[in-house]
Amino acid sequence: MYSSDKPFIPPQVRETPTRFRNAFGKYRVHRTDACNASGQCISACKLGVNKKAGSRVVSPNDYRCLGPECPMACFDTCPQKAIVIRKDPNFDTLGDYRWTPDLLLSTYYMAETGKIPDSGLEYRTGGTGGGFDKLRIVFPKTSKKIIPGEVDTSIRLNRLDDGRPEVEIPIPVYGGGMSFGSVSISAMLGRMRAAAAWGTFACTGEGGYPDEIKPYDDHVITQIATGLFGVREETIQRVRIVEFKYAQGAKPGLGGHLLGDKVTPAVARMREAVVGSSLFSPFPFHSVYSVEDHKKHIDWIKTTNRRALVSVKVSTPTDVDMVAVGSYYAGAHIVHLDGSYGGTGAAPDIAKKNIAMPIEYAVPIVHRFLVAEGIRDKVTLIASGGVRTPHDLIKIIALGADGVVTGTADMVAMECLRCHNCESGRGCARGIATTDTELVNLMEIEWAAQRIINLFTAWRTEIQRILAKMGLSSVRELVGRTEFLAHDDYQTAPLDADVE
Amino acid sequence: MPVKYSIHPHEALPRFKPIIRSGIIAWEEGCLKCAVCVKKRCVYKVYDQRQLDGRQMLDSIDVLCKDCYRCVQGCPARLINKALSPSYSQIGDDLFTPEVIVKTWAQATTGKIPVSGAGYGGVFSGNGFDSMWTDMSEIVRPTRDGIHGREYISTGVDLGRKELYLSISRDGSCKLPSHPTVKLELPVLFKTPSFGAVKKPFFAGIAAAAKKLLTQAIIPAAMIDKTFNPYLAHVIPSLNAKTRLNPALLKKVSLVELSDHKDVMKQMAAVKKAAPKSAVIIRVALNRKSAARCLQLARAGAGILHLEGLDSGREKEPKNGRYLKDVITEVHFALVTASVRDTVRLIFSGGMAMAEHVAKSIICGADAVAADLALLVGVECMLCRGCEKGLSCPVSLEDVESGWTTQRIINLMCAWHNQLLEISGAMGIRDIRRIRGERGRAMFFEDLERQTFAALGNKIAGK
Repeated sequence: MYSSDKPFIPPQVRETPTRFRNAFGKYRVHRTDACNASGQCISACKLGVNKKAGSRVVSPNDYRCLGPECPMACFDTCPQKAIVIRKDPNFDTLGDYRWTPDLLLSTYYMAETGKIPDSGLEYRTGGTGGGFDKLRIVFPKTSKKIIPGEVDTSIRLNRLDDGRPEVEIPIPVYGGGMSFGSVSISAMLGRMRAAAAWGTFACTGEGGYPDEIKPYDDHVITQIATGLFGVREETIQRVRIVEFKYAQGAKPGLGGHLLGDKVTPAVARMREAVVGSSLFSPFPFHSVYSVEDHKKHIDWIKTTNRRALVSVKVSTPTDVDMVAVGSYYAGAHIVHLDGSYGGTGAAPDIAKKNIAMPIEYAVPIVHRFLVAEGIRDKVTLIASGGVRTPHDLIKIIALGADGVVTGTADMVAMECLRCHNCESGRGCARGIATTDTELVNLMEIEWAAQRIINLFTAWRTEIQRILAKMGLSSVRELVGRTEFLAHDDYQTAPLDADVE
Repeated sequence: MPVKYSIHPHEALPRFKPIIRSGIIAWEEGCLKCAVCVKKRCVYKVYDQRQLDGRQMLDSIDVLCKDCYRCVQGCPARLINKALSPSYSQIGDDLFTPEVIVKTWAQATTGKIPVSGAGYGGVFSGNGFDSMWTDMSEIVRPTRDGIHGREYISTGVDLGRKELYLSISRDGSCKLPSHPTVKLELPVLFKTPSFGAVKKPFFAGIAAAAKKLLTQAIIPAAMIDKTFNPYLAHVIPSLNAKTRLNPALLKKVSLVELSDHKDVMKQMAAVKKAAPKSAVIIRVALNRKSAARCLQLARAGAGILHLEGLDSGREKEPKNGRYLKDVITEVHFALVTASVRDTVRLIFSGGMAMAEHVAKSIICGADAVAADLALLVGVECMLCRGCEKGLSCPVSLEDVESGWTTQRIINLMCAWHNQLLEISGAMGIRDIRRIRGERGRAMFFEDLERQTFAALGNKIAGK
């Protein structure tokens, strides 16, 4: 278990390429018949795109190719001029406005290598034309010399000083709730293992606590949601953090949604439900109609588990500030705001698009309110709902959060490509969000865990680089520092400042 | 407890193959003829369902492919690729985007609300209704057993003038107002689209759907013949200043619509005389003058006003027309400020493309809305507007049958109704009328931007 007394040793990166035969790339390398296998392209390319295969030269790794602008220019080096570089025809068909093809591919790259891509992909922002995608990180002139590797990225989760354990996580990130049933046991275990390796947490979601994740108890957040699926006293007593899910950003005001096809015998057993019947969690908690009722719930958890911290996950309505402050006074350690553009295994499209506000607005509203109330330093404010990149993380912390919760980024690390078909039939055809006995075999736990470990290695490196450039020695110094931000529509950065 | 309003959908299959965003292109040249071809292993059995020999099939631009890319990533010779469908990006316009059209088709086919996995993939915000988010309620909830449970959320609305107080005459007798009121179970009326190759069976189909759905269809009076007889109680004849009154027809309907003109109140009096039990709607153009005109009409005794905007979802102004979101708000609050808002009912039309537009219109101040182009899209129109140029309709709208139209519209409205329930349920209300003009139950892009981003640290003069 991580504690600040002994230095945290980050997990090792191991190259973890795609599970599939052909990786996605931006370019493809073709050879004409003129190729005489001179092998010059092999030595020209430092990215290992080209390889000898018997008497021929092939390009099995052309997904790493930088394209016609590449300075290493194997196509020019080739004595026969036999190399033709074309854009991969599939590239433009991938992704959407939030997760552009560039963002998907750069996340795949981080998950494979543990490094930030240097291939010209736009890995910082997506294409939604608002919020994070219009915010820029501003670096005012600073004389402080900070070594990126020494920047502290840890955050505290318990600030109440209530005699419960101090819990610190070495990266300002933990994994959001994904239930057994909505995702496979391999995906769940992959996330848990990665969380353990990083000394942080991952949440079970509302589908119960499968026995397989018991070895990771110290890194599991168990969720109590309105359906109360698989919630037992014993599961609450196992963990260090218990999360109350009032609402979810993707479907605020609506309960969970597990369509019948995905309720397999194993899922039904775990949730104490009937095989094949759709499971709609009610909304809201039928025992909570006021902040007083809410306090009763928190007291119940605190009594059941004397060492647990309590997190309250809420969505972002007009009165999100009041909700946050109410949660604090009811005794929550963590207030977790889930913005409206967050992920889900299944939700009505009308809810995903229209109900509740994006996280970029909610965090500053709550942060300012907690500051005015004089309780900001007593609450850990966690943001989620569309945090896709280390840059989104920096931006939301500068807007007032302490840390973030990820969901979709983990899924993309496991090679989700956002086809939006997690909910129906046999579930995810790529073996992530499914419980189908055949499809789950598409993914190995080891592979999934390593991909997520690699992703957060890349994130942490980037976070440290940005903070050092800002002149900050700890991520904790960034909270609410909006002077490090500028919005394309309203501000330009000072002339002497650097902008990313 | 009153009978719960519910809509029963039945599948109504499309006549044409729907268009999708991207399809598969597979090349045969270079095929290694693997013993087990990736096409045979498709999770969704796309290749098998087309009943083609996988090895010979070249393209599959159809609805079966679900974008899992397993074949693309699995083919050893990389011969299978996805490609964007050129026809997809060409359909529709700014409001009825290709995505909206395709989802409307699906709703009209099945009656199911669009549900999908993964988070929202669209743009951050947009114009008009896309620049507002509706509220949700963290802990308050109207029903204890889900929005489809035994208790229910009402989407009904009453149309008719309402007096604010009783008038007592000198002799102490009380004069009870006798304004007819018509109850709709759905805050969505139907109206005839401004274009379309559709013929009478389509309009009869819409009238029949209005009857089934307990709402009303606005149809030009001249079009109403005996075909419409079975549905007359749910048909609103639309008249202009010159239309000769047909008392026999007016007595059979519950509502009559008159287009606005300077003597419209006189025409309204004539209609009331001919058909005292019918309520009258006045159709007013939605523009910069409509707030003032509505105020005038409300004070003069009008009961229901239909404000008609453009198909683009804007007011009727030659340039810089505002979006309905803002104009509805203006008209609503003009009447609120003058203390006459409760005397009238406001129906807005123009660009009602999705269920969310109904809820958002009501939050801005509408009582109900009227859908037009959405109905056309419901029967597979692609909004190419070729018919306006005299071109033949690519989806043969002139041939649609009225029974099929009725079922498609019922399905579409079933999906819209359920989406209204989702939005109302999330807000914790049990009656759609409760959110009329409740702008506090929504969040607006311009307000949030001002509070959040415009107030950031790095201010530069002039910006």
